[in-house]
Amino acid sequence: MKLLNKHAVFEKNSILLLVGILIMVSIGGLVEIVPLFYLENTIEKVEGVRPYTPLELAGRNIYIREGCYTCHSQMIRSTRDEVERYGHYSLAAESMYDHPFLWGSKRNGPDLARVGNKYSDDWHREHLKAPSSVVPETIMPGYPFLAETKLAYENIGLDIKTNQMIGVPYTDEQVENAVEDLKAQLDENSDGYDAFMERYPSAQVRDFDGNPREITELDALIAYLQMLGTLVDFSIYDESENNR
Amino acid sequence: MTYQNNPPVVSRLSQSITTICLAVGIILALLIAGKTSSAAMQFHAFILIATFFAGIVALFNLGGRINDSNHKPSPSGVYYNNTIVKYGVIASCFWGLAGFIVGDVLAWELAFPVLNMDMPWTNFGRLRPLHTSAVIFAFGGNVLIATSFYVVQRTCKARLAGEIAPWFVFWGYQLFIVLAATGYLLGITQSKEYAEPEWYVDLWLTIVWVVYLLVFLGTIWRRKEPHIYVANWFYLAFIVTIAMLHLVNNATLPISLVEPKSYTLFAGVQDALTQWWYGHNAVGFFLTAGFLAIMYYFVPKRAERPIYSYRLSIVHFWSLIFLYIWAGPHHLHYTALPDWAQTLGMTFSVMLWMPSWGGMINGLMTLSGAWDKLRTDPVLKMLVVSVAFYGMSTFEGPLMSIKAVNGLSHYTDWTIGHVHSGALGWVAYVSFGALYCLTPWLWGRKGLYSLKLVNIHFWVSTVGILLYICAMWVSGIMQGLMWRAYTDLGFLEYSFVETVAAMQPYYIIRAIGGLLFIVGSLVMVYNLWRTILGHTAGEQSPENISKAIAAQALGE
Repeated sequence: MKLLNKHAVFEKNSILLLVGILIMVSIGGLVEIVPLFYLENTIEKVEGVRPYTPLELAGRNIYIREGCYTCHSQMIRSTRDEVERYGHYSLAAESMYDHPFLWGSKRNGPDLARVGNKYSDDWHREHLKAPSSVVPETIMPGYPFLAETKLAYENIGLDIKTNQMIGVPYTDEQVENAVEDLKAQLDENSDGYDAFMERYPSAQVRDFDGNPREITELDALIAYLQMLGTLVDFSIYDESENNR
Repeated sequence: MTYQNNPPVVSRLSQSITTICLAVGIILALLIAGKTSSAAMQFHAFILIATFFAGIVALFNLGGRINDSNHKPSPSGVYYNNTIVKYGVIASCFWGLAGFIVGDVLAWELAFPVLNMDMPWTNFGRLRPLHTSAVIFAFGGNVLIATSFYVVQRTCKARLAGEIAPWFVFWGYQLFIVLAATGYLLGITQSKEYAEPEWYVDLWLTIVWVVYLLVFLGTIWRRKEPHIYVANWFYLAFIVTIAMLHLVNNATLPISLVEPKSYTLFAGVQDALTQWWYGHNAVGFFLTAGFLAIMYYFVPKRAERPIYSYRLSIVHFWSLIFLYIWAGPHHLHYTALPDWAQTLGMTFSVMLWMPSWGGMINGLMTLSGAWDKLRTDPVLKMLVVSVAFYGMSTFEGPLMSIKAVNGLSHYTDWTIGHVHSGALGWVAYVSFGALYCLTPWLWGRKGLYSLKLVNIHFWVSTVGILLYICAMWVSGIMQGLMWRAYTDLGFLEYSFVETVAAMQPYYIIRAIGGLLFIVGSLVMVYNLWRTILGHTAGEQSPENISKAIAAQALGE
């Protein structure tokens, strides 16, 4: 084992050891991660997928803040039971604007990748306030404070701007009108409604929390939940184009 | 290298430079406090100001005391920095208990959701990262920093490099923990598991970590031994690789320099693999390589036997660090990650079984000719059982990384059970073993206050761990099977919430297991406390063993 005797070189020189370690631990990550930025099936676009509206993005940030991802995944695996339980398996393109991704790792509660439009706003309001009032066996905590907390949306323009800077295709117009767009998504009769619908054609517009007097965190969270997984129309989606 | 045998001195220059840096830090924090719209970030800015100010005061008050301290050189003439290791031992005990308790609170919340109390800072979602960060980074991190500072000094026969720098690492790291933990409770998180702290806390940790690397390397550069001891290879790999993982996975763009919120540079599938490349190697390099370093020093020391095989150490080291990095994709089986990446991740995870068991064999076989000590020395028993748990969870891991198995286990409690057999059985036990060794050595006691209490700790905790992982095996596999169960007519048999309701008995068993583990840890803290006070419980029999070890340690 002459080779092993040569190991003394590393044992006597800390810098050589350091460099050796760095080389060894770099290879795996480079081989696995770098191609994902170039391969067709990880960067291709699918019709319907669009960046989040300001209200949805604010809701997503509440989802992150409250740690919803610790119990709910947003990644339907390509197995028979998952597809039957939750819907079409998740596509890479469906989270292409997710900074960060929220695929999750544990299901203390069900997957939410396609929870959008499955339940009414009413149901979500009751469920978020007191989950056991609609699902008696649930172990989910209640979030009554969301309905009582005004949404802090003053900085939402900064949020959209930052997303634009890191590659989400928001237009300058969308950045500039972020606050107006956020308000417009809550009221069909608002002045900004038409302009908003032009900027986000597939967005759902209504007062999500059932309280038109205030813009609350519940508005934003329900707006986010109701759009999850609804962007791609799977009746026209061609699976063979996206084989992985 | 004349300073080796002179009492340590703090230079005026380094004192001034540190003071200036801290003062700059105060100014920056004041700016943030004044401009931010986030009350939570303002709170963090005040914590920073208070800590930096305390640092300046400490520099002027305590700085001098390092010079004229009642330090005595070791018989070989080296003035070891023992005080910092003592602080590390105490911090490890404190954060360990805190992390275990939060974990058990979460376990009870899952069994009885009313305990969430429906408030932001008591709900599961915000407490869960508090638990994981507290046990991994606060408890594990403090154990690693403390033991690495101890081991690198002894194996290099040199005083720790720097006088202020090690203290900056210690207190800077505690500050990182406090910022991270309070941030989670206040809702500041970037949601990436085990990397939840936001950009400014990440930046602070980066500064602390670079200084940590320099202190560690600087001590190695002072060594009197020509060879760098194997434990230090593992410590070095841990420090360097964690730095790399931390920088890449936390690459984010803040919305403003005075707001806590940031967005990760990567999105979707790229972000997912980056995260699990990080996540799995937080396990591989924080919770494995770092703690293997502890094994490579403390097991031979306690057993008074040399490492079983030097060549196996070499093979173990390089193959382990090379293979671990590839394993991340096994967290993403059957997802939108391309198939080839999943298969690659699985293949390397299965291969990883070999170096893992190589390490286990090297640790266990070190007891050759000293197995009888297991009867008399419960500390050694704890160390050996930790290595056995390491072997078990590094067998279970490759098994769970196989796609067909993962299809069942992923998203279920099986993963949680697997993590805890590693975290409680391996990481915590090898840490407890090290703490039991270090306390009498550092405080110059002949032995522990009570070996009987160590034995009680061992058995209570072991029963707790077994309850925990068995409950999670049952609940995890059951839940996985229920999710995919079909009726004769071809419909899914169970609604999701039925599978949730079926978990409750196992969640209660798990929570009881966790409680036992806490009780064991309390026994340890009491034992260590009495040891520090210099008490002995008056047990007679196996004392001679610890006497011999203590004598050896002091004689060093």
